[in-house]
Amino acid sequence: MTDLARIRNFSIVAHIDHGKSTLADRLIQLTGTVAERDMKEQLLDAMDIERERGITIKANTVRIEYPAKDGHTYILNLIDTPGHVDFAYEVSRSMQAVEGSLLVVDATQGVEAQTLANVYAAIDADHEIVPVLNKIDLPAAEPDRIREQIEDIIGIDASEACLISAKTGLGIPDVLEAIVTRLPPPHSGDREAPLKAMLVDSKYDPYLGVVVIVRVIDGVLKKGQRIKMMKTGGTYDIDRIGVYRPAMQEVAELGPGEIGYITAQIKQVRDTRVGDTITTEKKGTETPLPGFKPSIPVVFCGLFPVDSSEFEDLRDAIEKLALNDASFSFEMETSAALGFGFRCGFLGLLHLEVIRDRIEREYNIELITTAPSVVYHVHMRSGEMIELHNPADMPDPTIVDHIEEPRIKATILVPDDYLGDVLKLCQDRRGIQLELTYAGTRPLVVYDLPLNEVVFDFYDRLKSVTKGYASFDYQMIGYRQDSLVKMQILVNDEPVDALSMMVHRDRAEMRGRAMCEKLKELIPRHMFKIPIQAAIGGKVIARETLSALRKDVTAKCYGGDATRKRKLLDKQKAGKKKMRQFGKVDIPQEAFISALKMDG
Amino acid sequence: MAEDWQAGGFGLYVHWPFCQAKCPYCDFNSHVVAGVDQERWARALVAEIRRYGEQTGPRVLGSVFFGGGTPSLMGPETVAAVLEAVRETWPRANDLEVTLEANPTSVEAGRFRGYRDAGVTRVSLGVQALDDESLRRLGRLHSADEARAAFGIARDVFERVSFDLIYARQDQGVEDWRRELGAALALAVDHLSLYQLTIEEGTAFGARHAAGGLKGLPDEDRAADLWEVTQEMTAAAGMASYEVSNHARPDAVCYHNMVYWRSGDYAAVGPGAHGRLTLDGQRWATVAHRAPGKWMDGVERTGTGEEERTPLSHEDRLTEMLLMGLRLREGVAVERLDRLGWDPAPARELAEAGWLRFEGGRLAATAQAWPVLNAVLRELVPG
Repeated sequence: MTDLARIRNFSIVAHIDHGKSTLADRLIQLTGTVAERDMKEQLLDAMDIERERGITIKANTVRIEYPAKDGHTYILNLIDTPGHVDFAYEVSRSMQAVEGSLLVVDATQGVEAQTLANVYAAIDADHEIVPVLNKIDLPAAEPDRIREQIEDIIGIDASEACLISAKTGLGIPDVLEAIVTRLPPPHSGDREAPLKAMLVDSKYDPYLGVVVIVRVIDGVLKKGQRIKMMKTGGTYDIDRIGVYRPAMQEVAELGPGEIGYITAQIKQVRDTRVGDTITTEKKGTETPLPGFKPSIPVVFCGLFPVDSSEFEDLRDAIEKLALNDASFSFEMETSAALGFGFRCGFLGLLHLEVIRDRIEREYNIELITTAPSVVYHVHMRSGEMIELHNPADMPDPTIVDHIEEPRIKATILVPDDYLGDVLKLCQDRRGIQLELTYAGTRPLVVYDLPLNEVVFDFYDRLKSVTKGYASFDYQMIGYRQDSLVKMQILVNDEPVDALSMMVHRDRAEMRGRAMCEKLKELIPRHMFKIPIQAAIGGKVIARETLSALRKDVTAKCYGGDATRKRKLLDKQKAGKKKMRQFGKVDIPQEAFISALKMDG
Repeated sequence: MAEDWQAGGFGLYVHWPFCQAKCPYCDFNSHVVAGVDQERWARALVAEIRRYGEQTGPRVLGSVFFGGGTPSLMGPETVAAVLEAVRETWPRANDLEVTLEANPTSVEAGRFRGYRDAGVTRVSLGVQALDDESLRRLGRLHSADEARAAFGIARDVFERVSFDLIYARQDQGVEDWRRELGAALALAVDHLSLYQLTIEEGTAFGARHAAGGLKGLPDEDRAADLWEVTQEMTAAAGMASYEVSNHARPDAVCYHNMVYWRSGDYAAVGPGAHGRLTLDGQRWATVAHRAPGKWMDGVERTGTGEEERTPLSHEDRLTEMLLMGLRLREGVAVERLDRLGWDPAPARELAEAGWLRFEGGRLAATAQAWPVLNAVLRELVPG
């Protein structure tokens, strides 16, 4: 066991692309934790999607041994936390597991909205924070301006910020020294007290089962110990205990202040809850760690296989992913349009995209994703409240008293030039302005917005009106009543369930018209004309008519063409089978995919 | 019982795969080469004809069709050698039709008499358009005046003359086409093939179109308007369509093409040529090597230019019979469909809706169905 005074536990807070992973790589490399030949980019991001998108979904940890200038060797435990708002709760737990943070800011870009959210999480966790200005080697670097910005916006002293280039390795020794001298050791820790450890995160390993990342507060974790998860009540025998360097390395025990992993024949990640307290089954602690929250999905959508014969494969994929992700929920859904699929719940849009990407990539199943929807609180006249996850399940409006929708507080940092466009976008999306201040020279806009407007296409629109220069973050602030209705789309007078959506009454007509126009482009002409309508209840609010097919005949067809035309026809027949039928109308898959795309 | 193919007749297709220049819209098997050894090609084509003759045995041949490529680049003696072999191989119908596709240039018109003397009875001229600007855009090597002159010579030399026009071209309005078609009908013509320009993959036009080029092509609605004008004007001139894109005076229908549309048998010789042969009750699809060198090699070394011979199932035959037969105004004999074991239910449904009609033991597309025949076929064919 290590003396508390020789331990430093920390996280790195940074915006995407500001160099968090590269800095972590350098710290690992410089301390010789990984042999030179085993170095690869972004050592800590294990999943392809994490590497590709430069995001972290699962918390990772690495233990670094650092011989400091004071002659002592320190144990540095880095927890690499998820960086996205979707995983805000997971971030807060990782932050609770360490005592300090490095705040990495790109010296050419400055502070971004996402950095703010995470740095506030660090401040909430009472962290000491060491500012680190990265990319100092670039000509566009403006360390003085960025230092000022950090002090203005975040309100921490940046005068002694480390100036580094994670890419070239410049300044990395200073960062290591700052971790030891400026970040505190673990605040307390009693080796003799009953075991109390935080479950920081867990992931599934095909060989080891569930691997749990833990931070020990009091007591000692040992091999063979029988432990208890205080929230879930599960009890397990520890069969392995170790630390990441970053490869797994077994150790005899983990004492107070230490961070590492355990395995205990836990079958599913679902059996472990981030933020739970681990203690011993017998003579355990009575008081769990504060702050535990079960994770609740906030965004729902339907996932359907493009090829309906792949439904069982999809079920298999979803079940496997769910084993490894307690925050992801699913239930079977049947759609007249899309066949059999699943209604899935996610922590946010990124979480949705990650799961969808993984199903498509790792399980090779092409998916149709229906428009994301939030959870509405539908208050019935009877006094009952229903949580509505799927617009298709909307009860008859005559028995509904009122509907509440989730609202968020959105923080947007935007260059001056685009401020007007951003304000307009927020107003258009039924936003209520809460704040408009300046973060240094950049406007900082805070809005209260309906989550459903945000999941629709807000982020894409924001990116497009600001040419990618805005940064955006949000947090849930609760439910509020508004005038919400279910809009249906009818093709040839048949409702197409997969295209139903909840919309604000004032925006229904515009949204309906856009959808009808889009479908008119996407549905091929048939042998008869097809009305395409948007309706609320029985009332049509928008209508387009797709003309009947007028010309589709092969000009030349002689002896040499018979084989080719026959095969073409067979292929078209097969293609027709893949289309979804609505009455007599065949709607191609692509029409659903494009119509449901969130580009408005 | 008579074999089914006899309801469609028997013809011979001869493919000449060479062109002076490749047209940008054409996806046929054509090649531009410096010099062609005509005697060698004649020997190879003759060898193939004899080979098929041995397989079919003596049956009455109704037509020979020289297609391409550009068969008017064949020397008259090459054509003569082929037709000589034909006469030695099959008994001929009294009214044997021998068609040759020709480019309407002055050089080629100079060979017309030679072709007639070799036994050609009919030419089909690739006129394509009646103004020079359009011809240039279609990549044709002749001018409009040259085409008119070639047509005049053909009229004098051959019993029957047909020509092709391509419409629904870039920037072609309904009125433009009305004028052009009027001019075509005013010529003393007995057969016209009127094709809407189709952008085919693997052609120069296909590549340009995919790259966003070829602006001004008609959209579906204008294409339909152009089609309607075509139907009206040809009918008024006594040359209503007997097939989707073919128009003729009643006595001038092209027998050879009728063999295809009526699901008759046709032997096919030359590179890339497709044939249909019923042998011992089984109908086969034959296809020859596409590349001229490979085909020639096959004929000379192994005694056959055929690359593949595939038996056709009843379902394949049914699909082809509908696919080809409904292109004809006369339609398909229901009795033949019955013999192939078809399910008439979808056809009845389509007839109910006004797309098909059952009449006199035949099934045919209605006038409203013709311009959307592909969509009707997607509803109709089994599978």
